[in-house]
Amino acid sequence: MTTVIETRGLKKNYRMGTVTVHALRGINLSVETGEFVSIMGASGSGKSTLMNMLGCLDTPSEGEYLLDGENVNNLTRNQYADIRNQKVGFVFQGFNLLAKTTALENVELPLFYDRSNRVPHTRQAAMDALERVGLADRVHHEPNQMSGGEQQRVAIARALVNNPAIILADEPTGNLDSHTSVEILALFQELNEQGITVVLVTHEPDLALYTRRVIQMSDGRIVGDKSVESRLIAREVLPTLPTLENGENGEVQS
Amino acid sequence: MKWQNIFKAAFQSILKNRMRSLLTSLGIIIGVGAVIVMVGIGQGSQYRIKKEIDALGANMLIIFPSHSRMGGVSRGAGSYNRFTLADTRKLQKESSLTAGISAIVGSGGQIIGGDSNWNSRIYGVDPSYLEIRAWSLKSGTFFTERDVRAKAKVTVIGQTVKENLFPDSNPVGERIRINNTPFTVIGVLAEKGQDPRGMDQDDVVLAPSTTVLYRLKGGRYISYMMASAISTKDIGAAQEELTQLLRDAHKIKPGEDNDFIIRNQAEITEAAASAAHILTLLLGSIAAVSLLVGGIGIMNIMLVSVTERTREIGIRLAVGARESDILVHFLTEAVVLSLIGGIIGISIAYGVGAILNHFTDLTAMIQPQIVMMAFGVSGAVGIFFGFYPAKKAARLNPIDALRHE
Ligand SMILES: Nc1ncnc2c1ncn2[C@@H]1O[C@H](COP(=O)(O)OP(=O)(O)O)[C@@H](O)[C@H]1O
Ligand SMILES: [Mg+2]
Repeated sequence: MTTVIETRGLKKNYRMGTVTVHALRGINLSVETGEFVSIMGASGSGKSTLMNMLGCLDTPSEGEYLLDGENVNNLTRNQYADIRNQKVGFVFQGFNLLAKTTALENVELPLFYDRSNRVPHTRQAAMDALERVGLADRVHHEPNQMSGGEQQRVAIARALVNNPAIILADEPTGNLDSHTSVEILALFQELNEQGITVVLVTHEPDLALYTRRVIQMSDGRIVGDKSVESRLIAREVLPTLPTLENGENGEVQS
Repeated sequence: MKWQNIFKAAFQSILKNRMRSLLTSLGIIIGVGAVIVMVGIGQGSQYRIKKEIDALGANMLIIFPSHSRMGGVSRGAGSYNRFTLADTRKLQKESSLTAGISAIVGSGGQIIGGDSNWNSRIYGVDPSYLEIRAWSLKSGTFFTERDVRAKAKVTVIGQTVKENLFPDSNPVGERIRINNTPFTVIGVLAEKGQDPRGMDQDDVVLAPSTTVLYRLKGGRYISYMMASAISTKDIGAAQEELTQLLRDAHKIKPGEDNDFIIRNQAEITEAAASAAHILTLLLGSIAAVSLLVGGIGIMNIMLVSVTERTREIGIRLAVGARESDILVHFLTEAVVLSLIGGIIGISIAYGVGAILNHFTDLTAMIQPQIVMMAFGVSGAVGIFFGFYPAKKAARLNPIDALRHE
């Protein structure tokens, strides 16, 4: 097993006028290839801040970070852009899909900016990614024509399409009803079975039980880190759940 | 690098946001179109006035009688030292720098001919008049020195008079009555249209100066004189020569003021041209306001969409777009929209110009420099406001761009 993520003493301070917020107070974390990790903790404990650092969406104030064996400290803006493009797939709570743009075009977007040209047939790759998330029949739908669950699947397909070293998902089920949430977890489990490393933030203890390892955060620190004893298998749990007919965002026909 | 991908993305953005694209282009269309049409009308008027004045005869001099002053005391309004035919003859004989000098004896009158009558201006002139005015005949002949000496009752009529009296026949050889005096029509003037003040230059009847003065009007005094210098560069010299000859004729002592005024065509042209220039300036400022309004329109649309577009930029940055990718994308969008808006604006301006020229009395003269200027300014505004907010957003951390509210 190789190490995908390795941080040492990662800190992030936000200066707000005269007050300094210590969002991260020294994070030492390592994640191995093939792991499925969930990060839990109260609101404001620094989960999103950590994920943003791990996804190179933001840079830490202090500390070291190795991603996929590469030191990613003090890089240029272009180098960070290329890392986001090639090493990381990020899934947001609010989906963050381009409006008025089809699922296929949204998924293809990272390949547009891929300077490595690892993927020669971008359209086909986007199709394949959508198929992996079970949306082969929704490729030409625009975000406003899809349910929340479907939109999040598109976002996951977009995170997959570049064959990243890791998928980072910050509360991916935060806007979804519980049934749809478990379906999304089922998808992550499936991808993880295929060997993809996943780190997922959730504040629902139930959902953490679908992952293999739970990290507990509090006030910018890691306060707990343990493996899940009896892991739940989403595919098995799903048939036992009642389907929500009137879920706000998460209507998914199965 | 995949430039074609980025250009493709820019074109897709334009097509997907039709309303925003349309509104942005609209600002440029208005800016470009209004400026070109307005300045075109101003310059068209300027050009037309200049052309019409040139058509009057570029070397022309006009000699008017004026109040004379004796030792600084005006002799009063009634005391014109007016011109007589003797003045004209003296100038004609002694001037060497003029190609022709003509007395002008103005009179109004009723003309009866064919089956109808018509009121027109009657001018008694000398044979050189035609050349001085740079007019020509459509048919027949002009009168000669002999006709002038004989006070011959011959006349040359303008197109408007011809059309009113002899709409369907050739009037040459016909007899008409001017204030009850019978005349023979010996020629018809070529059509000239309106003068710069909008007067119909074809509503005119010409006859020998002597005939009008002695047979129609009675009296000694002619109205004024017209002359033409032998060449454009001799206008000033001819003016001085005529001044001296007239001072001698009127026995004006050195130090005394002239009892006449000589105006040359250049002065008349200048006055009219400066009026037209003021018109151009006026229309130009209206155009500048349109440009400003168009520019503010573009700016508003662009700034309103900044929030939405900052999030879009955040998404693009999050999936790995470089700052330069975003810049090229937004610059392409802004340039394409400005170009399309500019081309539509220019087309509309040319269309409106053609309609004005065809259906109205206005003349729109569209000059390439103005087209380039209008296009350049609107384009610059469109590109700046399309690009500058994007440039700012592209410098943000992806996460800050995504959070933008
Ligand atoms: N951009 C920011 N500016 C200032 N403070 C911030 C910013 N982002 C996060 N914080 C602060 O950092 C702390 C951790 O926030 P966050 O990582 O979003 O927590 P979580 O995702 O666990 O709810 C909070 O106190 C929050 O107010
Ligand atoms: Mg959070």
